[in-house]
Amino acid sequence: MSTQQVETASQNGILQMMETMHYDDILNCMRCGFCLSACPTYRETGRETASPRGRIAMMKAVATGQLDVSEKFDSDMYFCLGCRACETACPAGVPYGTLLEGAREVVEENRKRPLITRIIRHVAMKKLIPQAKRMEQVSRLLYFYQRSGLRRLARSSGLMKLLPKSMAEMEKAVPEVASPAARKERKRMLPAKGEKRLTVGLFTGCVMDVMFFDTNEATAKLLSAFGCDVVYMEGQTCCGALHAHAGDKQEAKQLAKQNIEAFEQSGIDVLINNAGGCGAALKEYHHWFHGDPEWEERAERFVAAQRDMNELLATLPVPKMRSLPYRVTYQDSCHLAHGQKIRLQPRELIQSIPGIEYVELPEADRCCGSAGIYNLTNFDMSMQILDGKMKQVEGTKANLVVTSNPGCLLQMRAGIQRAGLEGQMRAVHIADLLYEAVE
Amino acid sequence: MLKPQVAKELKAIVGSNWLLDTPEDCLAYSYDATPLYQSMPDGVVMPGTVEEVAAIVKVCAREGIKIVSRGSGSNLSAGTVPVEGGLVVVLTRMNQIVEIDSDNLTATFEPGVITAHLHREVEKLGLFYPPDPGSMNVSTLGGNIAECAGGLRGLKYGVTKDYIMGLQAVLPNGEILRTGGKSAKDVAGYDLTKLLVGSEGTLAVITEATAKLIPLPESKRTMLASFRDLTGSARAVSRIIAERIIPATMEFLDNGTIRVVEDFARIGLPVDMGAILMIEQDGPESVVERDIQRMADICRKEGAVEVSVANSPEEGAKLMQARRFALSALARISPTTILEDATVPRARLAEMVEQVNVIAKKYGVNICTFGHAGDGNLHPTCMTDERDKEEIHRVEQAFEEIFLAAIKLGGTITGEHGVGMAKMNYLSLKVGETGIEVMKSLKQAIDPQNIMNPGKLFAKDTRRRVVIGGGAAAEQSVSHQHGNGCECNEHTAG
Repeated sequence: MSTQQVETASQNGILQMMETMHYDDILNCMRCGFCLSACPTYRETGRETASPRGRIAMMKAVATGQLDVSEKFDSDMYFCLGCRACETACPAGVPYGTLLEGAREVVEENRKRPLITRIIRHVAMKKLIPQAKRMEQVSRLLYFYQRSGLRRLARSSGLMKLLPKSMAEMEKAVPEVASPAARKERKRMLPAKGEKRLTVGLFTGCVMDVMFFDTNEATAKLLSAFGCDVVYMEGQTCCGALHAHAGDKQEAKQLAKQNIEAFEQSGIDVLINNAGGCGAALKEYHHWFHGDPEWEERAERFVAAQRDMNELLATLPVPKMRSLPYRVTYQDSCHLAHGQKIRLQPRELIQSIPGIEYVELPEADRCCGSAGIYNLTNFDMSMQILDGKMKQVEGTKANLVVTSNPGCLLQMRAGIQRAGLEGQMRAVHIADLLYEAVE
Repeated sequence: MLKPQVAKELKAIVGSNWLLDTPEDCLAYSYDATPLYQSMPDGVVMPGTVEEVAAIVKVCAREGIKIVSRGSGSNLSAGTVPVEGGLVVVLTRMNQIVEIDSDNLTATFEPGVITAHLHREVEKLGLFYPPDPGSMNVSTLGGNIAECAGGLRGLKYGVTKDYIMGLQAVLPNGEILRTGGKSAKDVAGYDLTKLLVGSEGTLAVITEATAKLIPLPESKRTMLASFRDLTGSARAVSRIIAERIIPATMEFLDNGTIRVVEDFARIGLPVDMGAILMIEQDGPESVVERDIQRMADICRKEGAVEVSVANSPEEGAKLMQARRFALSALARISPTTILEDATVPRARLAEMVEQVNVIAKKYGVNICTFGHAGDGNLHPTCMTDERDKEEIHRVEQAFEEIFLAAIKLGGTITGEHGVGMAKMNYLSLKVGETGIEVMKSLKQAIDPQNIMNPGKLFAKDTRRRVVIGGGAAAEQSVSHQHGNGCECNEHTAG
């Protein structure tokens, strides 16, 4: 190539990079630093590279070719929890979550992972999570592991010590999964109890439906109690949030297309999800397909139909509830609070249950450290954040911690164990608590 | 890059975790909150004690390495941009409140304490530390001291220098200096405390400070007055002061600012109004009540369309919080937001506001104005795009004219942000050549090697500067270069 050709090629490369990294939005960061005090990793480390402002500065430098996509850049981008608390704090309206996804996309395109990591990722992200049948098999395996005595053996034999510390710790928090028989019983439609108000679809999620099948069931019954016909939408798959957060936008978009098609064929007007993280992704599909002539409009229609469970229930008349004798506190799901701006509704719903004594958790909207698979990939920081969170939780003297996202729920369970609070406190999903009251 | 031997020595002082010298780390400490300025340091160090700071400075003095000390980097004068490279000394790890002395009404703290954190701790004891810069939830007290930060309560309570009674600081030779102390009366020798407050990191690294506290006012009320036009609100400000009322806070927002703040904070500001005043009075309840009534009357007489008093302290706090977002919220309008800090004697406020509008029109640039009306401290803020070089040039010309206008009205080039790099070309306008010479001699005496925050305060070249007064029209000879002469503007490691 001639010098000119090389220059043009590298210029095209930079332009491409700028687009992937949303350069225009990067420029909107005016570096005021208001995000610093909202950022969990900055608060723990005090380092600018672990702050939103610092990360955006590094993104800007990478986008313009001033900084390489180095190992340090890679680890700094993945050191972020992606909790988006900085978006709430940012007066300038910088869409940090989008910037982070773009930066991770660039990292994934430019950095080679070790073979083993690539295999695990490939299997988990492409062969497992998006495929309902295989997830079903996983749930059977998990059921067998938990009920056959294998788990007891694994824990008592010290086999767990062979696992990385992070996996072993989180394994303890995995709930008892539902039996294959219980799964088979699920009907395609659950009619409204009493006066019917509307028909809704239920987005069951991937991990959610394996680990928290019962919570999905409770959500459906709860919606029914609030006067909804509930349809389990056929052909749905994983929302793609995990993929997008891991920089695999292509796979995320594939999954999104499948969900949009399933939604279009279902004829449903309103689609309910009960996981803050999934919900935030489902509501951002139109950004994923921005400028795509075939998909942008379809994605917009899909997005318009999305409701978080709390968001919908708060608009419906509350059915008769029985009194529950709990002292309850609520841990926000980051992607529900910062991503979807849904904060009041879950608090109001909890407080609508008679007998409940509600106590607000200080800094409830500060990330618990779960953050997708962050508690596995950045175990030490995750646990440092969790331990700080548990001190505040313990201070509320609640005996029930309510969450709105499966990841947060697992993390809070792990936190209760780490803090030695098992006898005094449980963590539950808000759907389970509400269902207990209307049951 | 630091020399390997130096890096090794610094690691031995602070521990290997706290010396950061990758390109990524250096980049993350190459800027502060000032747009258009960026420059790479050679390394970053995060000391935990004054002894470590002293040891670091001794190494730097021996090696001739430049030092830029900093906290959260929220300043708006490019005061912490390492324009000549060297070592950035980050003081955020030194973040302990050493003592709150309720008998002497003082607080002693390390430089990395977040300003709002000190507020909360002293207020728990019924005490009050008034300086409250807009960025107080982020900014460190060390940074406030270095820049002599002001804030929303400046009108009644003054700025940082009015509260700092004593300092511990590390001099450019690595010696530890103590100045002042807890004695309310202390006139022994030169006032080195006052000299260091506002010295912008050019004389020493501040490692501890003792501040005066006052009793927490027993009550507080907040009021919002809406005006159709700018001049009405400015007249109201002048009248309130003329009537001998000194409110704790009197903040001014023009229409453009009202809109963006409301867009972010959603607290029901009147987006169709030309300007609003946010007024707060504190003190004994009866006095507060009387002052609020009187100020409401004055506002109405000067054309306020609506005057409303916050129903609860929470509602009032929300209003004031919203005001703190003004600058950053303006960034929603365009990629680059350049804020200035022109200040005039408060009686000239209306004239200054008018002038800003005339100048913005003349240069065809988009300027919103908000600020601390009560103390005459305005923040004309320009929404622009750093990629549009031609427009940036016009923005700089406009700001130059705004400074000149402020000086002509008997004001100053910075009310609370400091000079840094952003305004070093204009310092002589305010202090005169003699003032510059005295300041330079002080700098030379304390820091003969010029290692402490070089390239700040004093413009490098001997450009002819505008001559003010003498009846002659202001003469501007040198165009204000992009980045105010920061020649390494935006240079970063490749």
